[in-house]
Amino acid sequence: MDLNWSADQEALRLELRGWLEHNLADWRAEIGTELSGDTREGFEQQLLWERRLHGAGWSAVSWPSAYGGRDGTLWDWLIFEEEYWRAGAPQRVTQNGIQILAPSVFEHGTEAQKGLLLPGIATAEDLWCQGWSEPNAGSDLAGVSSRARRVEGGWVLDGQKTWTTRGAFCTHLFGLFRSDPDSERHRGLTYLLVPLDLDGITVRGFGRLDGDEGFAEVFFTEAFLPDDAVGASVVLGEVGQGWRVAVSAASTERGLLRSPGRYQATVAGLLELCSQRGADPALRRRIAAAWMRADAYRLQTLQTVTALLDGRDIGSEASLTKIWWSELDIELHEIALDLLGPDAELEGPWSKGHQFALAGPIYAGTNEVQRNIVAERVLGLPR
Amino acid sequence: MRFALGEDREALRSTARDLLAELCPPAAVRAAWTAVPDPAPWQALAEAGALALLVPESDGGLGLDETYLVPVLEEAGRAALPHPLTETALVAAPLGVTGPMVATDLGATGAVVSSAGFAEAFLLVSGGGLRLYEAREVDVDPVETVDASRHGGRVRPRGPGRPVTEDPAAVAAAFDRGALGAAAELLGLSRAMLALTVDYASQRHQFGKPIGSFQAVKHHLANARLEIEFAAPAVLHAAYAVAQGRSDAARAVSQAKWLAGAAAAVTGRAALQCHGAIGYTTEHDLHLYLKRSWALARTWGGADLHADRVAASMGI
Repeated sequence: MDLNWSADQEALRLELRGWLEHNLADWRAEIGTELSGDTREGFEQQLLWERRLHGAGWSAVSWPSAYGGRDGTLWDWLIFEEEYWRAGAPQRVTQNGIQILAPSVFEHGTEAQKGLLLPGIATAEDLWCQGWSEPNAGSDLAGVSSRARRVEGGWVLDGQKTWTTRGAFCTHLFGLFRSDPDSERHRGLTYLLVPLDLDGITVRGFGRLDGDEGFAEVFFTEAFLPDDAVGASVVLGEVGQGWRVAVSAASTERGLLRSPGRYQATVAGLLELCSQRGADPALRRRIAAAWMRADAYRLQTLQTVTALLDGRDIGSEASLTKIWWSELDIELHEIALDLLGPDAELEGPWSKGHQFALAGPIYAGTNEVQRNIVAERVLGLPR
Repeated sequence: MRFALGEDREALRSTARDLLAELCPPAAVRAAWTAVPDPAPWQALAEAGALALLVPESDGGLGLDETYLVPVLEEAGRAALPHPLTETALVAAPLGVTGPMVATDLGATGAVVSSAGFAEAFLLVSGGGLRLYEAREVDVDPVETVDASRHGGRVRPRGPGRPVTEDPAAVAAAFDRGALGAAAELLGLSRAMLALTVDYASQRHQFGKPIGSFQAVKHHLANARLEIEFAAPAVLHAAYAVAQGRSDAARAVSQAKWLAGAAAAVTGRAALQCHGAIGYTTEHDLHLYLKRSWALARTWGGADLHADRVAASMGI
């Protein structure tokens, strides 16, 4: 047991801290007023930021350098995240590509796919959105009905995807399509990589709870997807094996999408707000409790990363993590609103963050589904 | 950076677990409600070196640190061991008090002293320091406690005893070690209550199905598992911070105690609810763990005290 960072890790942290401080100031001077990454203009601003990150090798620290990363370890990734959020840097508009698609590409992609897809994600030239949910397939993802029909030289896509985060601003979609019309549930699904500029695809953005156009629905009407539309193959993994490919991504999304650094940064913001606004003893205790829970998340992550590096599989235990951070995030923001009192109704970073936090227990598998997973697969209760 | 128990601590932990499973089964805890606890598990722990785990090797101990003892205390909690292992091995031993089974009022000064009915020595707050009394040097008025296996009493010294420390920092550190031990025991108690309830919910049938297949029951138990999942690393971290003498050790202990207390509260309620009426009896074993957890959650500082300590450490 050793909870000290090595000299190299501390050096990485300092280098990054300096880089962030300088470049955030520089980027903010370049763009003027910083807008939400869930608006078209804000998305464009943040692409400039993403390209800065990539240019300095920070966009995907734990990836091999051949794909645009920095050959970092999971520890390096944790340090990156701590510093990134501490510095007040923006949400990553590339996160669907980096955190959800890329892990599946690493696990199921061919060498050619890795060589093509991963650098495009790291450079933010290809902007990926997620095509999983449908109007009638949310928590029950195996109920997807969008179809992919095999034809000469490609696939014909029909159906509808929805709740597609930043879909209106992205260039590509990864998603699950039913390639075997006679199949049911988890079988007969194929994981496809789809450029959004194909004929027969319509993307409509719409407002999330905070009013930003952060959601989209994607309509496929006899859309022809050539086999070589994205590199040599638009299929990730094998035809009919899409569920397996998607599930490996889901456990990544649930497990490590959210680094503890975010919540540590939010707690730091709360402390600052508390010192400005003052708080009664009960509220101070809630802040202390929130700090304890956020820090417990950090400690649990250190344990998890140690276990992963020892070759252990975290599997269903990732559901515990997802419940914890999503409920913690809401509590942190509710405390902030209580500190603000009547000013909580003003549009601002805390009210925006609050509305964003409220999505946490819903996306990436609702917390009700996660609790079922914990009960059945971690505790072993009967189905 | 490496945060895991590791083989040595795992081995020690599993030794303690096996030993306690054999010598301190629920029947032994139940028996301790009406008589002085059977000395067998205590003697076995002594032979395994657990009581002198923190004592230097030159003084006949194992010369290990809190990161080794805390997993053992978690096992003591899992077994609801009625003997004062935290008080003896974690609070008193580092103060040079080794040998006797120790009760202390440091965790709840002025209140009832647990294990007063059978302890061999008493470490009592006196002025700003701590003094040690042999059992014959104190008067003990037994009191009825909700968890009768604690054999609590009100204790008054009759003789002068002998000074152990007058150093306020040493007293504060001893209090923190006690809170750390209580956190570890609470974590073990939570694990025991959850395991008991998962078993019960898997076997008990209603409406033609095991009740553990119902989502409402699943979610109660998932909530318990969630609290345990995140309290556990905080408890181990607090042990590490204390062992390393880190400047944030007191805060780490408060965090551990607060989270372990919360985990025990959530788990205890879930366990009682999911057992239904059978859990609401003294015939079922659940109450042995539940009542211990109620006592431990409020000694060595309750939730508010530890939250206030954390808040103060953050300057709010």
